[in-house]
Amino acid sequence: MVTVTIATSIDDACAALDSDPGALVMAGGTDLMVEVNRGTRLVGNVVAVDRVPELRGWSLEGDRSDVLRLGAGTTCADLAEPSLAKLVPALAQAARTVGSPQIRNAATLGGNLATASPAGDTLPVLAALDAEVELRSSAGTRRLPLDEFVVGVKVNALVPGELITAIRVPVLNGPQEFLKVGTRNAMVIAVTSLALVVDRPGRTVRVALGSVAPVPVRAIEAEVLAAERCDFDGMSVPPDEVVERFAILTADAARPIDDHRGSAAYRRHAVSVLARRAIRRAFSGVPSVAA
Amino acid sequence: MTTLEAVSRTAAGPRIGESAPRPDGVPKVTGSFAFSSDLHNDRMLWGGTLRSPHAAARIRGIDVGPALALAGVHAVLTHEDVPGSPTYGLIHRDQPVLASDVVRYEGEPVVVVAADHPDMVRRALAVIEVDWEPTEPLVDPELAADATPIHPDGNVIRRVHLRHGDQTVADRQDLVSVEGTYEVGMQDQAFLGPESGLAVPDGDGGVDLYVATQWLHEDRDQVAACLGLPDDKVRLTLAGVGGAFGAREDLSLHVHLCLLALRTGRPVKMSYGREESFHGHVHRHPARMHYRHLATTEGDLVRVEARLLLDGGAYASSSSAVISNATCFAVGPYRVPSVEVEGVVVRTDNPPCGAMRGFGAVQTCFAHEAQMDRLAVALGMDPVDLRLRNALEPGDRLPTGQVITGTLPVAEVLRACAGHPSAAVGPDDPMARPGGAGRTADIDDVVRGEAVAVGFKNLMFSEGFDDSSSARCVLHRGVATITCACAEVGQGFVTLVHQIVGEVLGVDEVVLAPVATTSIGSAGSTSASRQTWMSGGAVQMACESVRRELLARVAAANDVSVHDLVLVDGRIFSLPGGGSGDDYLSIDLSLDEVTAEPVEADVVHRHAPTLPLDADGQGDAHVSFSVSAHRAIVDVDPDLGLVKVVELTTAQDVGRVLHPLQVLGQLEGGAAQGLGLAVMEEVQVTDGRIRNASFTDYLIPTALDMPPVEIAALIEQPEPGAPFGAKGIGEPPAISSTAAVAGALRDATGLDLPRVPVRPDDICLASGSALDEAD
Repeated sequence: MVTVTIATSIDDACAALDSDPGALVMAGGTDLMVEVNRGTRLVGNVVAVDRVPELRGWSLEGDRSDVLRLGAGTTCADLAEPSLAKLVPALAQAARTVGSPQIRNAATLGGNLATASPAGDTLPVLAALDAEVELRSSAGTRRLPLDEFVVGVKVNALVPGELITAIRVPVLNGPQEFLKVGTRNAMVIAVTSLALVVDRPGRTVRVALGSVAPVPVRAIEAEVLAAERCDFDGMSVPPDEVVERFAILTADAARPIDDHRGSAAYRRHAVSVLARRAIRRAFSGVPSVAA
Repeated sequence: MTTLEAVSRTAAGPRIGESAPRPDGVPKVTGSFAFSSDLHNDRMLWGGTLRSPHAAARIRGIDVGPALALAGVHAVLTHEDVPGSPTYGLIHRDQPVLASDVVRYEGEPVVVVAADHPDMVRRALAVIEVDWEPTEPLVDPELAADATPIHPDGNVIRRVHLRHGDQTVADRQDLVSVEGTYEVGMQDQAFLGPESGLAVPDGDGGVDLYVATQWLHEDRDQVAACLGLPDDKVRLTLAGVGGAFGAREDLSLHVHLCLLALRTGRPVKMSYGREESFHGHVHRHPARMHYRHLATTEGDLVRVEARLLLDGGAYASSSSAVISNATCFAVGPYRVPSVEVEGVVVRTDNPPCGAMRGFGAVQTCFAHEAQMDRLAVALGMDPVDLRLRNALEPGDRLPTGQVITGTLPVAEVLRACAGHPSAAVGPDDPMARPGGAGRTADIDDVVRGEAVAVGFKNLMFSEGFDDSSSARCVLHRGVATITCACAEVGQGFVTLVHQIVGEVLGVDEVVLAPVATTSIGSAGSTSASRQTWMSGGAVQMACESVRRELLARVAAANDVSVHDLVLVDGRIFSLPGGGSGDDYLSIDLSLDEVTAEPVEADVVHRHAPTLPLDADGQGDAHVSFSVSAHRAIVDVDPDLGLVKVVELTTAQDVGRVLHPLQVLGQLEGGAAQGLGLAVMEEVQVTDGRIRNASFTDYLIPTALDMPPVEIAALIEQPEPGAPFGAKGIGEPPAISSTAAVAGALRDATGLDLPRVPVRPDDICLASGSALDEAD
């Protein structure tokens, strides 16, 4: 017999998970139900969290209101709303590439994290933003940086009984870009993706890649180059040799494989193209525009 | 017809040439239409299939004991439980109902189970023990002909060698020659409603099967043979069909369901999931094709040579007809005095291939149109002018020697399509650029290309097949009941029937009887663009017969000549000057009154007979032909190899438009399927295993991939012998669209692109490409 607990508060959900730590947490179900229908995941007990109001919505925190706290139940459609898109444009751009409108209405940010797929569309953005994941259980709350949360191909750091409640990202002053390559113009799993965010006051560029390694990877050497050579005051386009070097260093961070969605050679090549385009767009002297 | 026009039309019902509403349209879009997956019986069990995980293996033993021991499991059947013919097939019965000693493709059915619940079925399948001895699969079609036979019937399913005209011109040195090798990947029909059905035992040794199919009577014959039952003990009724495109011409779960129902004495339902569906039906044949075209320096085609190799996969299905088509139409709709084509379809351990929209002509169109573009470059000619110069016309001979006696407006569709103004705008909208929602391309990253392609194929069955459809019309109290076994698979026959009855009898109240093998004889297959002609023609004949009898009845009762009577809009009138007096419209009777006693007609409609091909591939093998042209405009991001088809323009030879909206639907849908093959649709098979058996990874075009289809022209030249002059229209849109998109990609990139679907790597990692960038 399968039990489905429909939680209406975080405490409810935590209590249900406490008594049955093996239960599956289901929010939008857009990943889970695919596995169930395909027969690759047996349905055990389920804790449904899609009716927990505390998991929806977002707020600004910190002394200068420069930290955005996103409820784990924030949907991809929510993320693409203009009010949120202007705070984290790359996250909105990434959310817009997820599935169809129906899927975006159901799929949540927390679910994308929990699935921890190498192709998870929001993950490169969260990696570039140094996002922090808030986890709750009946034992209390803990926070993990993204790279300690997503630890392998579809492996996350959740312990039994634990629930993702929120994601914190900084609200940065500077352009953001998310670019995703797929072999279809919509509703496609990323063959490779790239997120680039600029922190003008901090004079840094952070770039992260999706679908080219088991987990989202940062291109640290490319970031160092960009911090040294980019014009954070005038935001002018970097010289060609800087762009080319940035593209090479970014591609070097990729560790792609061959699979049925694309070859490793193509992925590496595509990363360099995306890197070139992203840095030129970000430093084009024009303010970044949301998706 | 002038006499009909003399009486003004009053009825509101649909007529030929109007976009009548579809009877199944609203139910389908609102979700109330019952598809075969919605079948239900309160007493039913669920069925499931154990399939081979290997592309090739010997079966040393099967232990069904653990499954049978599970509570809730009612039957576990193997090949030993098939009472009749152990094999089935459309043309050659070479495919086992359930594998016995060997399996020849991944997904081949081995055991079937019936249980109380789908989860119990899954558990039962999981505990069946099969002792497999995997063997080396034969997966390269190039090696198949000379390899050890993997089936008692051998590895060459059919070889067609066509020779036409003077073969010595092959050695002429004064001709311009272009050569190329082309490849087409394995496309799936990708219908939305996976295979499903319900078998109900009748308690008397017989069975009723409700199933989604394209051809009820052929299914019935094959199922009855496998069950070892006479035909009348196996009764098929059409269940709601969620698309077909050729994938429902072969049996899938039909025999399995009946075996389980007869064994358990309970109704049994089976529904494939999406992954199982990819393993459960045939696909479009992958092709390797080598061509050589020879032409005069003025651009007259002199000779075309082609070698075609199709991979038929493990079982024959309709492969022998597909290779015949590929061979007959290998050179395209062009006048070519000297032709040699060798077409071969072989057996391998890859997934079985069979019928799909376009049926062999899709693959060769991609190749012959690439060759025509190459030839135009070699000659320094405009590619459309080259095509026009060589365009087939009525009176010309095909490479099979057959003279085209009907209509074939090749030049007309080409001119209309090529000359149509383009509505395409620049790639200003980021979402409309290559890469779409992924925001990958800036405006300067995009290059545009354009190409025109033309293709044709036969309508209806060929090579001497006795092709027919049966229909019955009963007119009683003004209501027409039409019985015909034509499978409605989405093409709109249910709409057309209303139009035909309205047109011929002026009757607007039309009942379409359930489509079943018990109600009437075969309608033939809903394939080969044939049902409007064959079953539409049968319905038309039946209605005309009823009309004649009605008029005779009224004439006799009123002592007037039938020639003085007209039937229009559901009433029978006498014409002025006729009958016994001069009075205008002295007879005015409603059909309601006249048909208090029903009037009935039963007809069998056949098209003109065809002949087999001889040893040189010569003969009047085909009935009729249809041609279409497409112009594609594409945007390409060469650095990433991503593509956006910006516009598709088409012109098609339709004979006559019977239903404008349904014509548009076929032209748009076919073009989308053709675009899919050009840029994304491929069943990826490695070592005989399908790597992308899901709609997550088998990609079909979305609204961001499929552009608006511009109709440049519908060429209406009534086809002799066709009902209302209308040709079948379903297949041509899927033939020339792929070739046009591929041509436009070549135009944009300067690359050869000899294979579809064109993958991003083929564009941006092509060696020696002018657009290759160092990185």
